[in-house]
Amino acid sequence: MNARVAGLPVYSLVLAIAGLVVFIGIPLTTNSFQTFQFANVAAFVIAILGLNILTGYSGQISLGNGAFMAVGGYTTALLAAKWPLPFIGFVPYGLTIPLAGVVAALLGFLIGIPALRLRGIYLALATFALALAVTPVLNNYDGFTGGHAGVFLKSARPPFGLDLSNDQWLYLMCWAIAAILYVPAFLMLRSRTGRAWMAIRDSETAAVSSGISLAYYKTLAFAISAFYAGIAGSLFVINNAYVDPDSYSLALSLTLLIGLVIGGLANVWGPILGAVLVVWLPYFAEKSAGIRLGPISLGGKPDIEFGIVLILIVFFAPNGLAGLIGRGIRWYRSKRDAGRGAAPEPVPAVLKEATQGGEPSEIIT
Amino acid sequence: MALLELTEVHAGYGAIKALHGVSVSVEPGSIVAILGANGAGKTTTLRSISGMVKSAGRISFDGKEITNHKPEDIARLGIAHVPEGRGTLAQLTVWENLQMGAYVRRDRQRVKQDYERVMDYFPWMRRRRDQVAALLSGGEQQMLAIGRALMMAPRLLLLDEPSLGLAPIVIREIFEIVQTISKEQDLTVLIVEQNANLALRAAQRAYVLEVGRVVLEGAAAELARHESVRKSYLGQ
Repeated sequence: MNARVAGLPVYSLVLAIAGLVVFIGIPLTTNSFQTFQFANVAAFVIAILGLNILTGYSGQISLGNGAFMAVGGYTTALLAAKWPLPFIGFVPYGLTIPLAGVVAALLGFLIGIPALRLRGIYLALATFALALAVTPVLNNYDGFTGGHAGVFLKSARPPFGLDLSNDQWLYLMCWAIAAILYVPAFLMLRSRTGRAWMAIRDSETAAVSSGISLAYYKTLAFAISAFYAGIAGSLFVINNAYVDPDSYSLALSLTLLIGLVIGGLANVWGPILGAVLVVWLPYFAEKSAGIRLGPISLGGKPDIEFGIVLILIVFFAPNGLAGLIGRGIRWYRSKRDAGRGAAPEPVPAVLKEATQGGEPSEIIT
Repeated sequence: MALLELTEVHAGYGAIKALHGVSVSVEPGSIVAILGANGAGKTTTLRSISGMVKSAGRISFDGKEITNHKPEDIARLGIAHVPEGRGTLAQLTVWENLQMGAYVRRDRQRVKQDYERVMDYFPWMRRRRDQVAALLSGGEQQMLAIGRALMMAPRLLLLDEPSLGLAPIVIREIFEIVQTISKEQDLTVLIVEQNANLALRAAQRAYVLEVGRVVLEGAAAELARHESVRKSYLGQ
């Protein structure tokens, strides 16, 4: 697949170095608000990665992962700034982050049990109700949660006397956590567990008749998805040093799903692209002076511009941005090989049919 | 002793009863066919065996009662169910589909042998092992579903309408392979079919279901000569 120099895969190496340059370059060249936004991108990456496991790979549509983020976020806020524990006092961020994941995972597991009986659009509706309930519930128990007024937290400062601004530190921390969390997700999706999830997504009947326990793997997907969402929610709260019930409106859950779909459903790199988009697209839509089409001006109507871009992406990149990039790479490779007259490289499974020809096929979706 | 024994099995979906006391007996190593029109309860019979629908009565496999056990547990006992309408995993490759069949097995060496054996029965799979199942033809998908079931090293294979939506020549090929496998590996097969002609030729015994009841049973060759079967199912 890869040209090799001295036994090293060149493209992967170039890509890794370019990635590293961009990663280090961002906090050095952007202003503090932009660096902060990129820290939020990392939190979104984690949340969308979690949703990808549940919806992209296991086929369980969730419109409610924002609720798991809320649980993670409030776990962090309440432990770190509102309810000191006896003997310990306020819990430091280093502990609240994993704790937020665990508490959210527990809720995810509990939600996963009734969800076993629901499929497709009905599951979407049930999780939608979950997302709707978050803000009212948080407002209702204001004695415990702080209600409308929200909770203020101390801003996270760089540790060990590191010479970084707060935002640079948040950026570093969020992306480090995102990178760490990518590893188990990546391994899981390539293991028996990942294959079982995909089998359930493609055909529950076939999965069960192969001896796969639906109850086990579905609740597992919910719990892990919620764990990622909980960590993401926790990072949001730490980034903003503030949380209130409106932070977790229905829009958040929808944003996650939008990010997942335009990034690339069931694609490992989709969450990164999707997260960049859902954080920055509304911002640019807000900033831009507006597109002028004769008498129609879209200035000052950011939602319309956001919507138009989304429609364009869904239309021209049905497999999300990650799918589009993958297609581009394959197109480039086939061009290059044709030019060289070299033996064609192994073609990805999906494209094989077209190049083999001759054999009957039909696409069933 | 029969490998599979259904005694007075009742089953249904909510208020709608699909089976009203079905008794079926399957001898080890044989191919048994269940015939019947749409809605006769053929699929429900298979689904109650594999635990995918709640049932009353008694279903026993190899002498042990399995009525209403969990479907994954029944699969682990060695009952492989190839569901109606291709039980393939569309986004997984041919190879991954076959691996799913061996999901619960720990005997890696034997799994490898079984994989080679499946490749011998369906040689085209070797060439297309990295292709996703969605890109296979209908007949190939049906074969892949059967291959996946064989990867479980089952003792009983349940086939639900393998001919559904396939060209006659492909149907014949699939039936031939199933017969070969049954003979070579002493595999017991319970097959549900609307195509009575082919099913009766492949099977040793057959049952005819009508609205959830067994109305006829006997040796396949005898049923093929039976007047009402010829009229209703063979179109003669």
